[in-house]
Amino acid sequence: MENTEMIARAIVLGASAIGAGTAMIAGVGPGIGEGYAVGKACESIGRQPESSGAVTRTMFIGCAVAESTGIYGLFVALMLLFLNPFINKL
Amino acid sequence: MNISDFLKGSPDGFDVQGPKVICSFDVFGVTINLTETVAISWLIILAVTLLLLWLTSGMKTKNISKRQVAAEWIVQTLYDLVESSMGKHWRKFAPYIGALFTFSILGSLVSMIGLRSVTADFNAPLAWALVTFVFIHGTNIRTHGFLGYLKGYVEPVFVMMPINVISEVSTPVSMSLRHFGNIVSGMVITSMVYFALSAVTKGIGIAFLTIGIPAVLSLYFDLFGGFMQAFVFIMLTMAYISNADGRAETAA
Repeated sequence: MENTEMIARAIVLGASAIGAGTAMIAGVGPGIGEGYAVGKACESIGRQPESSGAVTRTMFIGCAVAESTGIYGLFVALMLLFLNPFINKL
Repeated sequence: MNISDFLKGSPDGFDVQGPKVICSFDVFGVTINLTETVAISWLIILAVTLLLLWLTSGMKTKNISKRQVAAEWIVQTLYDLVESSMGKHWRKFAPYIGALFTFSILGSLVSMIGLRSVTADFNAPLAWALVTFVFIHGTNIRTHGFLGYLKGYVEPVFVMMPINVISEVSTPVSMSLRHFGNIVSGMVITSMVYFALSAVTKGIGIAFLTIGIPAVLSLYFDLFGGFMQAFVFIMLTMAYISNADGRAETAA
């Protein structure tokens, strides 16, 4: 009986670790998006160097907003790793 | 702990702790916890108050001291930033923005002197984001009137109402989660690297890896990340508040 419970715990923990890793795939999207945004910002600063302050500020806000999906993924991963909600449901 | 324990996954190994509870009170049956976060916030408030008292003491109009130049530069930069991103008639928001920025950046930087970051506790950014939320909706109600504010929810068509409500509610949630997530990810990664390096050095027997590498990571995550997030937080606050006002288009 005890052995079964340990196996069940092991399955839950392993699945949570896989889930945490899978959740971090969410980091791909913001990475691509932010890289694109920064590239465009560099282009426009090259075209109009006098507007670099405004462009940089807008770019940072845009990057921060684009980043939030990645942060949500990170949040799910952290929760699965350190605050596992499933292990107590056994 | 040996390196073999680390590779096997040690039972007493790596864990991330929430802020410690220093003491708790019972107020009318509700338990109020005085956590590390609150205590460190008080320390920050005390430090900032003392710094401001020192900066603003003995101000003169002629023969100004270096201290006064620094104080005037800070105030001038803050007001310029608020004016350039919100417009002239929003100057009165500068103290709030400045307080938010100072608190946020110092709350992230306290981890460099060994305390726990205030912003690594979700309650702190959530509280700031809720204050901002109140400001956004207060501004909206003041400019459009209460009925006009309610009308904003059914703006294009009535069917859009749930989506509008969700987007309004998600504003403080996403703002605070962004700040918290950035700081806490830095904390987790730094402590993970420290854990791994200490395991490796214990396996080898000489502690040399743990000396420099975590400091560099901490410099990036705490200094750069903390500054960036504080800046993003105030920029978003200003953008949202001036957007809640219909006049923003004419001012910008």
